Amino acid sequence: ITKYVIVTSSNLPLFAPILQPPARYWQELQEEERKDENKVKNDAEQSKEAQQQEEDETQKAKKRKQDQSPSDGEKKSDPFPGPAPIPEDRLQKFKRKDKLKKVTLVFHLISLFLRDIIARSEDASEMAQKQAARFDLLLPEEAGFLEGDEDEDTCMISQEDIAEAVDITSGAKYFNLKLSQFGPYRLDYSKTGRHLLLGGRRGHVACIDWTSKQLMCEINVMESVNDVKWLHSEAMYAVAQKKWLYIYDSNGIELHCIRKFNDVLRMQFLPYHFLLATASATSFLQYLDVSVGKEVAAICTKTGRLDVMCQNPHNAIIHLGHANGTVTLWSPNQKEALVKMLCHQGGVRSVAVDKTGTYMVTSGMDKKLKVYDIRAFKPLKSYFLPAGAACLSLSQRGLLSAATGDVVQVYKDVCSMPVTKPYMAHRLRGTVWGLHFCPFEDVLGVGHGDGFTSMLVPGAGEPNFDGLDANPYRSAKQRQEWEVKALMEKIQPDLISLDPTELAQVDQATWEQRHQDRVEVLGFDPLAKEKFVPKYKKKGRSSAGAIERRKKQVAHEEQRDVIRKSVEDKVKMEKERKERERKKAALSTQKSALDRFKK
Amino acid sequence: MAKVSKKKASKKKTRSGGAEQSNEGHPDVVYDDEKEEDATDEDITVEDEDEHDERKRQKLLEAIGTLSGKRKKTLGERSEAAVHMSEFTVNAEGEGDKVDLSDLIGSIEKTPGLSGKSKKRLKNLEQSRKTIECPLSKQESERIRRDLAFQKVSKEVSHWKSVIRQNERAEQLVFPLNQEPSGPKPIERVVMGWKAQTPLEQEVFTLLSANKQPINDPILTPTEEASMKAMSLEEAKVRRAELQKARALQSYYEAKARRQKKIKSKKYHKVLNKAKSKDFQKQFDEMVKRDPAAALEELNKMEMARMQERMSLKHQNSSKWARSKAIMAKYDEGARKAIQQQLEVNKDLTQKLVTSLNKEEEETMEEDGNADVVPDFVNDAEQGLDFSNPWMTGKLSQDCVEKETSNAVTIRAEENVAEEEEVEETEEEVLLREFDSRRKRRQAQEADAAVILTEEEEEENKDASDKEEEELSEFTSLFKGIAEGCGEADTAAELEKELKIRCLEDEELLTQDKEAEEEEEATDKGPVVPQHPPATENGQKTGKSRKRRKGIELKQVLTKGAQVLQVPFAPTIEDAEDSEGKLDQRGLIKEAFAGDDIISDFLKEKRKQEDAGKPKVVDLTLPGWGEWGGGGLQPSCRKRKKFRRKMTPPPPRKDQHLPGVIISEKRSSSIRLHQVNALPFPFESPSVFENTIRSALGRTWNTERTVKKVTKPKVVTKLGAIIEPMTREELVKDKNRASAGSSSSVKS
Repeated sequence: ITKYVIVTSSNLPLFAPILQPPARYWQELQEEERKDENKVKNDAEQSKEAQQQEEDETQKAKKRKQDQSPSDGEKKSDPFPGPAPIPEDRLQKFKRKDKLKKVTLVFHLISLFLRDIIARSEDASEMAQKQAARFDLLLPEEAGFLEGDEDEDTCMISQEDIAEAVDITSGAKYFNLKLSQFGPYRLDYSKTGRHLLLGGRRGHVACIDWTSKQLMCEINVMESVNDVKWLHSEAMYAVAQKKWLYIYDSNGIELHCIRKFNDVLRMQFLPYHFLLATASATSFLQYLDVSVGKEVAAICTKTGRLDVMCQNPHNAIIHLGHANGTVTLWSPNQKEALVKMLCHQGGVRSVAVDKTGTYMVTSGMDKKLKVYDIRAFKPLKSYFLPAGAACLSLSQRGLLSAATGDVVQVYKDVCSMPVTKPYMAHRLRGTVWGLHFCPFEDVLGVGHGDGFTSMLVPGAGEPNFDGLDANPYRSAKQRQEWEVKALMEKIQPDLISLDPTELAQVDQATWEQRHQDRVEVLGFDPLAKEKFVPKYKKKGRSSAGAIERRKKQVAHEEQRDVIRKSVEDKVKMEKERKERERKKAALSTQKSALDRFKK
Repeated sequence: MAKVSKKKASKKKTRSGGAEQSNEGHPDVVYDDEKEEDATDEDITVEDEDEHDERKRQKLLEAIGTLSGKRKKTLGERSEAAVHMSEFTVNAEGEGDKVDLSDLIGSIEKTPGLSGKSKKRLKNLEQSRKTIECPLSKQESERIRRDLAFQKVSKEVSHWKSVIRQNERAEQLVFPLNQEPSGPKPIERVVMGWKAQTPLEQEVFTLLSANKQPINDPILTPTEEASMKAMSLEEAKVRRAELQKARALQSYYEAKARRQKKIKSKKYHKVLNKAKSKDFQKQFDEMVKRDPAAALEELNKMEMARMQERMSLKHQNSSKWARSKAIMAKYDEGARKAIQQQLEVNKDLTQKLVTSLNKEEEETMEEDGNADVVPDFVNDAEQGLDFSNPWMTGKLSQDCVEKETSNAVTIRAEENVAEEEEVEETEEEVLLREFDSRRKRRQAQEADAAVILTEEEEEENKDASDKEEEELSEFTSLFKGIAEGCGEADTAAELEKELKIRCLEDEELLTQDKEAEEEEEATDKGPVVPQHPPATENGQKTGKSRKRRKGIELKQVLTKGAQVLQVPFAPTIEDAEDSEGKLDQRGLIKEAFAGDDIISDFLKEKRKQEDAGKPKVVDLTLPGWGEWGGGGLQPSCRKRKKFRRKMTPPPPRKDQHLPGVIISEKRSSSIRLHQVNALPFPFESPSVFENTIRSALGRTWNTERTVKKVTKPKVVTKLGAIIEPMTREELVKDKNRASAGSSSSVKS
């Protein structure tokens, strides 16, 4: 090292003074700046060989100096220089579309201005991705799981054992409600997972803050109840009763009876669109905008009784299962099914779509359980269940629960790996009627003939909640604030489509097509010309012949206008053409500098 | 107003001009008139009052005239002669004649005050017949002036172009410009940037600077420094002596050189030159070792000299001297010698000695061992030779020659029988080579063919086996379907298979399966079927494609083998509680007959959709046009064919490779209204634009910092601050910055 010092000082008198420690740190800064300038200059004069050599030497010397400086103990080097690295998989998680390839960007053809814009947007998206990946660190919770001893199946572990093994609060989440009187129950958890809504077939409706086991309200609607659903918050819920659709508040007061929605069998609520989608026995799929109370769309599916329904949380498409083994996909914007897939040999009994909108799980009368890649509409897996599955539900982390008769089975990784055994199983006292995983909790709620059971399913819920989106611990004030914000960020039903990123695409349709769309949406042609209606005139001037004459005259005038315009256009074109020719001629007569070489 | 008055004046002039012309016609008449006018003149002067009245009357008349709407010609007061008025005008003598220059100058002769010079000049002017070009019209001259002014201003304004572009491209502009960055500054900057502000401080500083006292770093005053630098007396003496000596030496040397230059002896010069060249050689050798760069320069110089020599005709035999010598050469030995000498000189000078030197240099370089220091272009002349290019090597390559000879030989061999041995040998060689190549080619071909053959065979075999399998599977499935009624769940796999196959060859299957249905279809689509000749017509192609597709489908079926799940407990209650017994029964029945009509129904629906999406053939035949028409008469086949318009087929359906899926091809109009349908300004391709808006902007998806960066405003202004226009200094600064930026970009 000392050798290096000697070499540098003898060979390079130019940089010798820098070797001495400067008096002030900013002086050193200045010196370095000067050095940089020097470098720039040297770089500019690369043509001269000798100078380049010198430059090389100086660079080498600089390197040496850098090597040597930490060992001298003047500066402590950072053992981890630069920003902390981000794991590749986490970056991948937050990736939005691919970067533009350089091949497609022929740079010399693009204006500087555009190049700037592209570079800036690239920068921004990269920063967004990186930052998001970095902030993923702030999600501290991990998902749980169940692990059996050697040669012990996890599916044989009973709920009581689990409840005993876990802590008291978690253990309290396993409970049974014995409600044998009002028959099989459907259920729904609110978006935050705090509130439970139960609807008994024979008219019993109850909402419970299930963690604290506090009953919020309990009513009997004195009618058969087909389905219950929370609306956007725990303040309101919808009940599909025998004839109409009703909306109650959390105190059990009837707010609305919506007569437009009759014979509703199943309901789904699209939280970001504030849409309540209902499927009825009369084969109607209807959408109710709960923020303004208007029916957005009513689609006659023409496929008979609709009692199998689920939503795709990724793109707010409604999936309906039919008796002819098909599953259809619907949006409120189209009167016909977006996609119709043949899934089963027999009728479809239940459908479920996972949170990311990647997989669809269906079960049918043919006792099969099938997994589809719903993005490509391709079958992935096919399982045979001895008794078939009546209800299906997918948890936030992709656990599948399937109910066969009075047994609930939970499967892990059904979509990605072939499965032979369930992850968990539990026998209930009555036939399962409704099945739902609780968001943000390792809990599966099962409504059955004998009441309601809350099961513990480790690893079911998403451990980290988004406090701005669905906060289980929010106060009333926070809820109100959230409600306002959510309403302001409400997505219009127009934007529901199979591909949620379609909005960011450029519409390359022709003007005619766009005009047609506009006409379709408006219901009339805004550019259409008014039809001439002749005025009524007295004294026999409005005879049929006179009216006809007047009409003809107007038509004639219009035609003349058209002709005049076309003639004018023609003249104009001719003029322009002549002008162009004249210019061309003038150019051609002009002598060019190369003419002297012509013969 | 001024313009209007001018116009009036000009009008008057023109009018008067016209009057003059008319006057020309009858001069005597006018004269008479004037005389009369003269006569009346006196009366008027007498009757002043009357005239006044007359004027008033005239005005009144005028007013009345204007009232009537039509403007009368206003006859103003005259200052020049005209036909219509003679009262107050003065008659000009010689009216109608052109004014000549001589008329103007004529009086000069008589004026005594003028100098002779100017008189002479005027005379010259008179004699010269040239007319001066009339000055450009006002409009034209103004236009030119404007053009010039525009050019000047545009040039001035274009200085700002770079600044404007920079500002346009900038991500964010902060106004007012040149704001100091807010926030705490390091104390040193503050101290360094401190300036005297109070009067006392200023006075102190002026005193200090006037006395050349150091202000910042008080070590030495300039005077002290100067005194430190000053020399002692002895040193000064020594230095003076040195200088004197050097000067003397220089003068001696100069004198010597002058003397030598004057020497005319040729022999002396020859010797001198030789010595010089020797010396130079030595020096050069040394230089090559010591300083290759300088040596190279030297080499370059030599090369240059050679070039110049080659270009010039100085030592050729075309100069005057050389020609005279050439004439004399016949008779004079000396002249001949002289010419030869000169040519030799030329040869010497034009000889390329660079190569050898170069080689030497290379060797020395290698010996030195630092080959990497050697500049690249030293070797260029020798090593840059491209062997593929025969012109670069300086001689034609051996192969070329050989080939040519061999070719020639073969030709000759065909013609002649008698040959030389050498030729024979070459011929043999050629033949051998030919055979060899032929053999090789044949071998390669054979191998290829074999490969192809085997492949083909394999393919054929495969195809055959596939076909057989297919048929078999069809039969079996059908048989099973008939025998078992497709009721059992165990046959599900086969059913699936069947579904796939049906998807592919649905038509055939359907014909076999349900004739009645087929008949129905046939009746339904009677006119359509011949229009779209189905795949069966061109059998081979479709067959192939079918096979290919079938392969894929089979694979899918293989992967899709249903896996049996083991359930720990069997359900005790089998949907017994279902209140709707009827439904359940219906379900059971459906289950029993599952898969039978479901699939065919689905396929039918899909086909229907596909057909609906296809454009229909438009028939434009007019019956009875150009031929007989009437009841029961069909237009001729030829005509129908002629007037049937086929539409372009639609783009392939999205579900064409998904047998179990129908995807609606309807354009959803609702989202289109919200999409961008015209690319914003700088973008040219939609993909680029889509890419720039690919990441979300909102707080829901981004961290706070990102949101701030992404939604940064384009222009930021400080509240209450005055935004002044950019000054010229800014321009200069920007230029500097731009140049620095460009250099940095070059660097990177």
